[in-house]
Amino acid sequence: MSTTDALNICVYGSRLLGPTGGPIIEYLEYLGDLMVNASETTFRLGINGEWYEVSREVSTNQTLLEFLRYQANLTGTKEGCAEGDCGACTVVILEPCMASKKLKIRAVNSCLLLLPMLHGKHVITVEGLANAGLHPVQEAVVANLGSQCGYCTPGVVMSLFEAYFRTDLSSEWQLDDQMCGNLCRCTGYRPIRDSLKLVAGAASSEELVKLSACYCFPEEVSRVEFSDVGGNYFASPSDLPELLELRAKHLDALLIAGGTDLSLRITKLNEVLPKLISLENVASLRGVCVEEDSVWVGASTSLADLESELGAISPLFGRMLRYFGARQIKHRGTIGGNLCNASPIGDLPPVLLALDAQLVLVSVGGERRVFANDFFEGYRKTALRADEVLAGIEFKLPSGLTREGAYKVSRRRELDISVVAAAFAVELDDSGVITRARLAYGGVAATPVRAVHTENYLVGNLWSEETFTGALKHLRHEFKPLSDHRGSQWFRDELVCNLLFGFYHEADQGSMKRLEVEHSSTLCLGGGWT
Amino acid sequence: MSEMSPSQRSAKHESAGRHVSGKALYIDDFHRMPGLLHGVPCVSTVAAGRIKSIDISEAVNAPGVVRVALAKDIPGDNCAAPIAQDEPLMADSEILGLGQTIALVIAKDPGLARDAVTKIKVDYVEEEAIPTIQDAIAKGSFQGTEHKIKRGDVDVAFSNADLVVEGEVFTGGQDHFYLETQCAQAMPTDDDGILVQASTQHPSEAQAKVAEVLGIGRHQVVVECPRMGGAFGGKETQAGPLAQMAALGVFLCGKPVRVRYNRDQDMLHTGKRHPWFSRYKAGFSKEGKLLGVQIEGFSNGGWSLDLSESIMQRYLFHLDNAYYIENLDFVGKITKTTVPSNTAFRGFGGPQGVVVIESILNHGAEALGLDPAKVRKNNFYGDAPKNRTPYDQEVVWEDNRVHRIYDELMESTHYFERRMVIESENEKNPFVKRGIAFQPVKFGISFTAGFLNQAGALVLIYADGTVQLNHGGTEMGQGLHTKMIAVCSHELGVLPGAVRIMKTATDKVPNTSATAASSGSDLNGQAVQHACRQLKQRLRPLAAELLGVMVEEADQLAFMGGYVFDPSQKKRIPFSDLVQQAYMRQISLSSTGFYRTPNIHYDSVRGVGKPFHYFAYGGAVVEVEVSALTGEYRLKKVDILHDVGNSLVPSIDIGQVEGGFVQGFGWLTMEKLIYDENGLLLTHAPSTYKIPAFGDTPRHFKVALLERAGQEGVIHRSKAVGEPPFMLAVGVVTSLRHAIRQFSSEPLVVNLDLPATPEEVLKAIYRQQGRL
Repeated sequence: MSTTDALNICVYGSRLLGPTGGPIIEYLEYLGDLMVNASETTFRLGINGEWYEVSREVSTNQTLLEFLRYQANLTGTKEGCAEGDCGACTVVILEPCMASKKLKIRAVNSCLLLLPMLHGKHVITVEGLANAGLHPVQEAVVANLGSQCGYCTPGVVMSLFEAYFRTDLSSEWQLDDQMCGNLCRCTGYRPIRDSLKLVAGAASSEELVKLSACYCFPEEVSRVEFSDVGGNYFASPSDLPELLELRAKHLDALLIAGGTDLSLRITKLNEVLPKLISLENVASLRGVCVEEDSVWVGASTSLADLESELGAISPLFGRMLRYFGARQIKHRGTIGGNLCNASPIGDLPPVLLALDAQLVLVSVGGERRVFANDFFEGYRKTALRADEVLAGIEFKLPSGLTREGAYKVSRRRELDISVVAAAFAVELDDSGVITRARLAYGGVAATPVRAVHTENYLVGNLWSEETFTGALKHLRHEFKPLSDHRGSQWFRDELVCNLLFGFYHEADQGSMKRLEVEHSSTLCLGGGWT
Repeated sequence: MSEMSPSQRSAKHESAGRHVSGKALYIDDFHRMPGLLHGVPCVSTVAAGRIKSIDISEAVNAPGVVRVALAKDIPGDNCAAPIAQDEPLMADSEILGLGQTIALVIAKDPGLARDAVTKIKVDYVEEEAIPTIQDAIAKGSFQGTEHKIKRGDVDVAFSNADLVVEGEVFTGGQDHFYLETQCAQAMPTDDDGILVQASTQHPSEAQAKVAEVLGIGRHQVVVECPRMGGAFGGKETQAGPLAQMAALGVFLCGKPVRVRYNRDQDMLHTGKRHPWFSRYKAGFSKEGKLLGVQIEGFSNGGWSLDLSESIMQRYLFHLDNAYYIENLDFVGKITKTTVPSNTAFRGFGGPQGVVVIESILNHGAEALGLDPAKVRKNNFYGDAPKNRTPYDQEVVWEDNRVHRIYDELMESTHYFERRMVIESENEKNPFVKRGIAFQPVKFGISFTAGFLNQAGALVLIYADGTVQLNHGGTEMGQGLHTKMIAVCSHELGVLPGAVRIMKTATDKVPNTSATAASSGSDLNGQAVQHACRQLKQRLRPLAAELLGVMVEEADQLAFMGGYVFDPSQKKRIPFSDLVQQAYMRQISLSSTGFYRTPNIHYDSVRGVGKPFHYFAYGGAVVEVEVSALTGEYRLKKVDILHDVGNSLVPSIDIGQVEGGFVQGFGWLTMEKLIYDENGLLLTHAPSTYKIPAFGDTPRHFKVALLERAGQEGVIHRSKAVGEPPFMLAVGVVTSLRHAIRQFSSEPLVVNLDLPATPEEVLKAIYRQQGRL
C-alpha cells in the first residue's frame, strides 16, 4: 500500500481526536509571541510560569527530575525510586490539546520524562503552587495532617493539584485511581484521602481561566532535531510522514512514546540512549475513534485517554485499565508502547488478543496489518520491522451475544505487575452454544498467548458450568508458566484455571460490571454482601 | 495542676507548611555548593571469602574521579559497628557479606562516580554464602549470646493440658522504605573540624563513629540532622556508615562530600527488619487457657551483630504480648549469615514475638473450635498472681488497660454480632468469605539497654520573649518536634509561635540516645520540661516583684498564653516584659535540661527485672473479605482503640496509630523480600517490593484514643505511641484465618504462611479444602 493510504488512516484517527482523559478546560488565550519554532536545534519548555530554551549542553538523556533538582534548584520535587513507582517526583504538565484548543492538566512522574520530550509543554512543580499563601490543596494536606515526614508530600500535593481541576472524581474507586501512584510510608493514607475529598473538583472556573492564561503556549509545536554536545541524537517530528522518514533514515534509533518503560534504562541501568525519536508531537498517532462497533486507537494514545474513551463501553478495557498502573503512568504510557515492548506481562496484549485486534504497521514503503496473535513472535520480539512504526490498532467491539471479562492478579492491587492477566471473549448463538472463544493470557509464557486448545474445546459446546469444568481439564495443560518473584508456577497454573472458572460464573450472573464497587478480587463474585 | 496536659489539643505538624510547599529541606536538597564531591561505594559481589586483590587503576583515571578510597586510607579505626567491633566500614581482606563496602569512589558528579565504581576490579577467594536462618542453623553459624527466659515447668504443664499444639512461624524481613533514601554530607571547618549533615536518628552515634574513623576527638565533629524523610529504625545505626564515608572523603580530598544511596543501593546495602524463625509447643486447657508455652526463636542477624542482641531481648519480652503464661521456656538465638546486617525497625523484635504468641492462640482456638477473641480475653494479664510477665515485671492492675480496651472495642464494633452474621452469610457464598478478628497489644516502653534512657535539652530565651528549643531527639515525621513545642510553650506559658525548634545538633545537646524505642517524647519531653522549669524558677522572684506579689507566693504564679499571672489571676505581665527585665537584672535566660528514666533494670542472665517504665496498650477489630479463586482479599473494616495515656497532641498520635497499623499490615501481607541462593536481594525497588498503596487502606478505618488513661510518671501523663500500633496489624492475619477456615465444611487448623500474599492465601484455602 502507498504512503498516502497510511496517512489516510491517521487522518481518520486524528479527525475524531478528542480531548480526553485529563481535566480539560477551554484553551482560551494564546499570547502569540512565543516562537517555539524559532529553531529546530533547541527546544523550549516552561517551568512555573517561565519559558526556557534548553541548550545542547544538556544531555538528551537528562530526566526532568534531575534537571529540576540539580540545574533549576527546584528541590521540592523528590526522588524516591527513579522508576515511576513511588510518585515522590510527581509534577503537573500543562499542555494544550491542539485539536480542541483546550488545556490538559496531567500529573506525571518527572523521573521518567526526558527533558526534550517536554518541548512546548509547561511544567508546574510544588514550588509553583503557592502565591501569597498556600494553595487550597496544600492547605488541605496541612489541615488533615496528610504529611508526616514530608518526603512524599510534594508528589502527593501535585496529584491533588490535578484532582483539584478534575470534575469527574465522583466515586471512591476513582479516588484510589487518582492517588495510587503516590506511596506514603508514614500516614497510612487516611488523611490523604480526606484531603483529596476536600479538594477534588474544587477549582472554580476563574481558576481554570487564570491557569490557562498564565502559561502562553505556542500555537503549534515545531519539529526538533538535534544532537547534544555529547553527540546524542534526539528528534521529535511533528507529523507522520516526517516520522516515517526519520524512522527509515535512523534504523538504529529507538522510538520513545511515553517513556515509562524505556527511560528505566537510563535511570536504573545507567545506560545512555544515544539515538531517540520521540512520538510526542505526532498528533495523528493519538486518539480513539468509535464508529458503531469499529474502533480505531492511535498507537500513541495514552492509557488514561484510552480508559476514559473505552472504559465505559468495553468491559475488557475498563477492567484491565483500572489496575493498569498509577494515574501518572497512565498519563504517559501508551497502548503502542505496551504492545511494542512485547513484555510477556504487558496487560493490554491479552485484551487485544481476545478482540482479534489488528495492528497497523506503517513505513515509508506503505502499511500492513498484522493480527495481534501474529505480532508477538518471541520473548520481547515482535513482527515490527526496523523501518516500521505502529500507527494504530483496529478492532470490532464484540456483539451483544459475547460474554467478556478481563482480569489481573498481582501481589498488590494497585500499581503492580501482574502475576497472571487474562482477557476472555466468548460468543454464543441464540441457543447458548459457543460459536467463538478467545482466551488470552499474560504472564504464563514468553509472549502474551491464547489458550487455543481450550478455545477449540469450547466452540460447539453449550455455555454451562459443565462445559467450563470440562474446559479446565484442557486448560490445565495448555501452558508451562515459570516461577519468579511475582508468583510460583503453582500459583500461575491455578490462576489460569480459576480465572476462567470465575469468568464463567461472573458472566453467567449478567453483564460484566466495571470495578467500581469496593471489590476484594479481580473477579466480581461478591453476591449480596453489604 | 502542673501535671496537666499541655494542650490536649490537636495541632498541625510543625513543618507541614514547609512539607507541602517543597520548602522543607532534606540532605540531598541542600544546594550543591561549588566543589561538592559525591561518594559512591563499591561493594562486594560475593557473600563470603577474602579479597585477593583490588585494582582501582582504571577507576582512578575515569572521568570526574577525584579519589578512590580503600580501607588502608582510613586514618582511624576502620569500624562502623555500633556496639560490637564486628563491622568494618570498608572490607580490608575478609568479606563478611554480600554488599559490604570495599571502596569509596569520590567524583565530581554522582553519575560519574557510579560509572567509575563499575571499573574497579576485585579478585576474590569465594566461600559459601549463608543467606538464610536455615542455612545458618545447619552450619551452626551463630553470633552474640543465647537469650533465655524461663518460669515454672512446661513439661508438667503439657502433661496436664487438654490440648498440646506444636508449630513453626516464619516472618520475613521488611525494608524500611523510608521515602528519603540514606544520605549524608560532610564539609571541613576552618578549625580542622568537620561538619556532618545527615539523615540520622542517632546524631551522637554518627558523631562518635566519624571521630573514630578519622582518629580525632568527638569535639572536632558536629553532626546535624534537620529532619528525615522517614526512618522507622532504618536510620538508627545504618545511617552511620554514610556519615563516616562522607567524612572520610572530606579528610582525603579536603572538599565537601555527599554520599547518597539511590533506592536500589539503599535496599541492597542496608539492613532490614530481622527475618525470624520460631518453633513452638503450647498446652491449653479445653477452655482455651494457656498452661505452658515453649518457644525457640532464631533471628537472621546478618553479617554482624548491629543491634541484634537488644532486638532478640525485645522479641523474648513480647512473646507474652498481653497474656499471662504460667509456665514458659523461651530461648532466642541470633544466627550469623552473609546478608547485610539486619537492624532496628519499628517494634524492634516485638512484632516478631507477638506474631508467635498470636499464632499459638489461633492454633489453639481453631483446634478447640473457640472464638479466638474469647481465647485472648481469657488469657489477659489480671490480678495477682496473674500479673507477672515472664521476666517477672509486674503488670500493674491499675495500669492494665487491655480489659477496658477489649470491653469498649467489642461493644462499639458489635464484634460478636458481626461474627455471627459473617459466618451465616459465608455459608451462602462459595466464592467469597469474610473473617473478623480482635487483636490486642501490650508493648513495653523503655530502651532495654537501661543506660540509654536519658535525654537532654537546651532552651534559650531571648530578651524579646521568643524561644529557641533544642533537644536531643530527631524528627523523622513522627511529630516529635510538634510535641516538644507543645511541652515547651505550655511550660513557659508562651504561644507555640514564640517557640522555634532548632535542627538536632550534637553541639547543642551532647551524648544523646537514638530517637528510637518510641521514647522520643517521653525522654526529651521530660528534659525540655526540666530546662523550662529551671528557667521559670529563675524568673519567678522577679515576676513576683513586678506583679507586686509576695516572694513567698512566687511559686503560685501562672505562666500562660504569653503572660505571667498573679495567684488571683487578676494581674498579669507579658512574658516578653518579664524576660526583658530579667535580662536587665542579669538573670541567665538559658538552661539545659536532663532526664533519666528511674528504676529500670534487667538481669539478662537470670531473665528477670523491670526493663520497662510502663506498658502501652491497644486493640483492633479487623474484618477482611477473601476471594476463593484468586486468594486476593481486602481489608473491609478496621477499628482501633489505642492507649496513649493523656495524649500530648491527639492529631499526631492518631497519625502514628494509623501509619503504624498500615506498615504492620504491609509487613504481614505484601512486603516480601526475595533473595537468590547467594543471598542477593531480587526485590530491591518499589517495582518489585510492594508496600501498601492508597487503595489498600480500608475505607472504614477508625482510630480512637482511650479516654481516662493518664500514665503516672510520664511527661504530662502521656504515653509512647510510635511502635505499639504496628502490632495491631496481626489482627489481619487472624481475620484472614477466620475467613480461610470457612472455605471448608470440616474446618481444620489454618496453615497460612507469611507474608499472606494472595498466593499464600490461595494455598491456605486449598489446604483447608484438602486440595494441597
